[in-house]
Amino acid sequence: METIETILAAHPFLKGLKAAHLQLLVDCASQVSFDPGQFLCREDEEATQFYLIYHGQVAVEIFRARRGPVTIQTLSEGKVLGWLWFLKPYHWHLDARAMEVTRAISLKVKCLLKKCDQNHELGYELMKRYAHNLAVQFRVTKLQLLDMYGG
Amino acid sequence: MSMSLSTAEPMLPEPYLVQKVRRETADTFTLALTPNAGGETFAFAPGQFNMLYAFGVGEVPISISGAPGHSDILVHTVRAVGNVTQAICRAKPGEMLGVRGPFGTSWPVAAAQGSDLVIIAGGLGLAPLRPAIYYLLAHRAAYGNIELIYGARTPKDLLYRRELERWRGRFDFRVHVTVDAAGADWRGNVGVVTNIIGRTRFDPAHTVALICGPGVMMRFCVLELLNHGVKAENIYISMERNMKCGLGLCGHCQLGPTFICKDGPVFAYDRLKGWFDKREV
Repeated sequence: METIETILAAHPFLKGLKAAHLQLLVDCASQVSFDPGQFLCREDEEATQFYLIYHGQVAVEIFRARRGPVTIQTLSEGKVLGWLWFLKPYHWHLDARAMEVTRAISLKVKCLLKKCDQNHELGYELMKRYAHNLAVQFRVTKLQLLDMYGG
Repeated sequence: MSMSLSTAEPMLPEPYLVQKVRRETADTFTLALTPNAGGETFAFAPGQFNMLYAFGVGEVPISISGAPGHSDILVHTVRAVGNVTQAICRAKPGEMLGVRGPFGTSWPVAAAQGSDLVIIAGGLGLAPLRPAIYYLLAHRAAYGNIELIYGARTPKDLLYRRELERWRGRFDFRVHVTVDAAGADWRGNVGVVTNIIGRTRFDPAHTVALICGPGVMMRFCVLELLNHGVKAENIYISMERNMKCGLGLCGHCQLGPTFICKDGPVFAYDRLKGWFDKREV
């Protein structure tokens, strides 16, 4: 049976994390599901959750006045949403909308911060994963900015 | 696999009639040509190109984008970016173009039998890969898993949309389409092609990769495939340079020790390593 612990252990973002650390995360975690079209987060809302997506697909959007939303990235299983949960002022910078039925593990930001403060080894493990994901994200963003196919 | 020149006079264009012109995107057109003298066109191998001549304007190298088995028409997909390509794209059915070819090396579709295939196309790069895809699907049982990753700027810039939808409907061919940005009505992926590589299924030790697209895209795709364990000698890229004669005589397309028109355009990555991303050339 799929439990929060097994889903966390199988998620690429947490690959290799010690069982004791996973157990600490379980305390902050809950399973959530979003219907197509439902928003996981909206710009400027308080960022209280950090999502580990394990099923479905999410469109990350920027809303442009008079022109509507533009999708700048899609996230599918194995990806994370909510990069800046450890940075004040804990607000979302983008909209994220489920494109299909999407399931994720939601981790409470305040709970995560507390656990990381109490257990620096866990905090370091999470920061290493963040650094890696940020590096990948930067590389991807640079490629997108290049407008490679523009001719 | 490659095919030799169709004529004894390799610098002399043969007249071809435009049979059909199809608009693919705002600036890209697919032209179907038939020999003015009638009869069959020449045989070609997937990945090869022709020199297309707009009479009185000039000549450009254009990859063949039709099925390799079809002997009645020659198909090319052309983006109107300069004087010559604009003249070619303006050609109407019944008008004449000059054709020299086929030139260059081809995708190693026969040698790849038994392997998984990862095909990565960016923008107009799907055109030179389309003959290879036709070949692979026509001989589907001879290959392992086949994955196509296709990236474009926006959904409006996707080539061969109806064909992509048909391919997506197949159970034996996984197609991943991604764009750099899209409106809310787009149901597919948004992001760069390198993001998709990790989601494809292949056995790195027995995988052949075929890549065609902008140089920077190919560079990052090669790195990603190498990171996933695909061997450098099994990664094939199609290079683009200023090709003029098509025969390796004029030297316009020289890249280090190779001529792209004659030794390429398709190269195994290990052959071009060191030259592929050299800034000075």
